[in-house]
Amino acid sequence: MGVNWPLEIGRAIALTVVMFTFLAVVTAMLGVLLERKIGGWIQSRLGPKHVGPQGLLQTVADTIKLLQKEHITPQAADVVIFNAAPLIVAVAGLMDWLVIPFAPGAIVRDLNIGILFFAAMASMTVIGILAGGFASNNKYALLGGLRSAAQMVSYELPLAVGLIAVAMEAGTLSTVGIVNAQIRNGWYILYQLPAFVIFMIAATAEVNRVPFDLPEAESELVAGYFSEYTGMRFALFQLGEYAEMFAMAALATTLFLGGWSGPILPPVVWFFIKMYAIVFFFMWMRWTYPRLRLDQLLNLSWKLLLPAGLLWILITGYRIAF
Amino acid sequence: MGELAAFIILSVITLASAVVVVTSGNIVRSALSLVPTFLGITGLYILLQAEFVAGIQVLIYAGAITVLILFVIMLTEGGTGLRTRQVNEQVPLGMLAAAVLALILIAVFSGTEWPKASGSLPQYTAAPIGEAFLTSAVLIFEITSLVLLVSLMGAIIIARRER
Amino acid sequence: MQVGLTHFLIVSALLFCLGLYAVLTRRNAVAILMGIELMLNAANVNLIAFNKFTAPGALNGQVFALVVITLAACEAGVGLALVMAAYRNLETIHVDEINVMKW
Repeated sequence: MGVNWPLEIGRAIALTVVMFTFLAVVTAMLGVLLERKIGGWIQSRLGPKHVGPQGLLQTVADTIKLLQKEHITPQAADVVIFNAAPLIVAVAGLMDWLVIPFAPGAIVRDLNIGILFFAAMASMTVIGILAGGFASNNKYALLGGLRSAAQMVSYELPLAVGLIAVAMEAGTLSTVGIVNAQIRNGWYILYQLPAFVIFMIAATAEVNRVPFDLPEAESELVAGYFSEYTGMRFALFQLGEYAEMFAMAALATTLFLGGWSGPILPPVVWFFIKMYAIVFFFMWMRWTYPRLRLDQLLNLSWKLLLPAGLLWILITGYRIAF
Repeated sequence: MGELAAFIILSVITLASAVVVVTSGNIVRSALSLVPTFLGITGLYILLQAEFVAGIQVLIYAGAITVLILFVIMLTEGGTGLRTRQVNEQVPLGMLAAAVLALILIAVFSGTEWPKASGSLPQYTAAPIGEAFLTSAVLIFEITSLVLLVSLMGAIIIARRER
Repeated sequence: MQVGLTHFLIVSALLFCLGLYAVLTRRNAVAILMGIELMLNAANVNLIAFNKFTAPGALNGQVFALVVITLAACEAGVGLALVMAAYRNLETIHVDEINVMKW
């Protein structure tokens, strides 16, 4: 079809390297540091202050520590699946970033099925978690993996319902199209507030954060599905989870807060301000709420969020058509 | 040329993973090999300009049906029955039947002159599929939702623990 | 060499026959269901390939393929519920051991 294949493959590889390096720095390093500092501030204590000025190099120190730990594989574990599971989680968490627009024209690929691609990549994480939980040959890991998979599959539906409501309002599935529609009509958090609430609750449950982190609860399941993972594989799981949390925050700013639009500052700065505002909100929820029990969590999804979401789709359809 | 290379890579991924699915002795490994199979088929859909169906394929097949299969394996005897014999005694007949069917199908497919109709696919297929579902195929849409509802209720009732 | 209709049809024929082999020879009920999913996917590839190469004016093939994906999900759900109910009552999911009507 007249496409210069070596150039396209070279561009794809270069963009992948740039995106993943940038994401590894922004999400993993800054994310972990922000979590501990914000947690400290909410709990009236100082976070890490020892390494670097005001503790800013803490994550560098953590990464060096994790890199030099020993790779332990349990004896009766299935080695291929055990090694592949953190890769699936990390790659699925990072693939979500392919459709996020940072500035007008600065998007890796403006797919016309943008938010469907996002939902599909978010649903691939479940397989990595189930595989990791099973391959560890450890009953706590298996139980944590099954619980986490049940929770994530249950909350994919309210997530998709929030996405559908926004797609109906904007008339397109492409993220760039949704940002442009918001520039014309006003931010969707005003028109679609219930969809925003449903999306935020479902996003918190999708990335296994408090109050939905029963699968990783230290007091119940040792560490859940990554009990048997050490060193760099543990870091890959954490990278996948933090990357996915930041990706959910980035998608929330794209869909509900107008993406990169804003008056005076350059668009990229506005995007990051909004994204970090939502990340701060996620972290604030983590350090404030207690953990939900498994049946309360599943009830919340199936009996409250899904019917409310479907009702909201009905109302949105009525509003758009008349 | 690039399209041919993409097609060959995707077909090899799909067929090799499908071979692992049907012949592996470890049921969990064969269930996890369904994921590369479905992702290879997603790539084939994108080559055929069906990107909405490709997105739905990843979301439903690789994201939900594989998880369902893994759940049932782990809740029945997958964790403990991994070392029992996985194939029954019909292996030679089964291989013969599958091979004969493959030969017949490939012979028919290569030998037929398929008529090409006019027209071209729309560039972005998501909106036209939506319109088709709500205008010309609306009956299929409604009946499929009814089937989904019935199968949801049926699955819950069948798998429920007896009180 | 252009990728034509025949290439996609050959891939779908091979995938279908692999699914058929799984249904005919595996003992585990879940493995049989996996073979059925492979066969449904092969049919979907066929539908979409025919849509692009012989009937590109309308999107009937893709609409049909979406309906097939939905129904395959329903069938997998109900089939796996049956497997779980069978395991609870019969203590086995190997289909060649379930050969009497009264347990």
